[in-house]
Amino acid sequence: MTLTAEPVATEVAVPQPATVPVPEHEHEASPKDVLIILYSGELEKTWAAMILASTSAAMGVKTRVFVTFWGFQAFVKDSKRITGENWMQKMMSFMQRPGISHRKLSKMNFLGMGPWMMGRLAKQYHVASPKELLEAAQLMGVEFIPCQMTMDMFGLKPEDMIEGMAEPVGAATVIGLLTDNSVPLFI
Amino acid sequence: MATDAKQIAQVVDAKGLSCPMPIVKTAQAVKMVAPGELIEVLATDPGSTKDFVAWAKTTGNELVEQTVDAGVYRFVIRRK
Repeated sequence: MTLTAEPVATEVAVPQPATVPVPEHEHEASPKDVLIILYSGELEKTWAAMILASTSAAMGVKTRVFVTFWGFQAFVKDSKRITGENWMQKMMSFMQRPGISHRKLSKMNFLGMGPWMMGRLAKQYHVASPKELLEAAQLMGVEFIPCQMTMDMFGLKPEDMIEGMAEPVGAATVIGLLTDNSVPLFI
Repeated sequence: MATDAKQIAQVVDAKGLSCPMPIVKTAQAVKMVAPGELIEVLATDPGSTKDFVAWAKTTGNELVEQTVDAGVYRFVIRRK
């Protein structure tokens, strides 16, 4: 008996997408919002988030930034040194200085040498600093939304935050925005 | 169609600035002029040639002219 690789004609049911494809023009009719979930507090990630937020607003897209966990640190006033109510919260703020001008690099921080060099290079090549981009973003109407849970856990008060922040909300609001009309960016 | 200098309502000098500041400054300037008016943007960021096309497409403002002269990119935009 010879084994031949005879192609067997079998009906293979190709799974069809369950949803009806939306025509192109309907996409255009409902522009999407951008929602950046800023979770990280490092200099380079804060920077990236500020570049994307200001550009998104400049492109006429409704832009929101939900600031949570370490991402919150950039939205505490630069002048604040110690935040929190109990010794642990105070210790946390002591160990990582809050404020957008005091972010550390995730790599090559070298006790502040890295961020200092980044700042020098940015000036030399006319790259706007995270703080300048944040101000531009606020001017163009980017909504910065604090996370209530982060405020509670770190003992952060509304007066610790920079001016112009939105009302603090929780995760449900974030998911609500995402399922509604927002493109998510988790940084 | 070459635009006459007197038709320009506002000039944005973004020379020397890096991404995303030319776009950010343009977006702010566009709000200062009336719909239909022209603004002129000067930039040196090579990425701006593609960025301004994308910006115009998304915002609906019209990119009327795009030229380059001695490393300076010039964009003329008509406000929607």
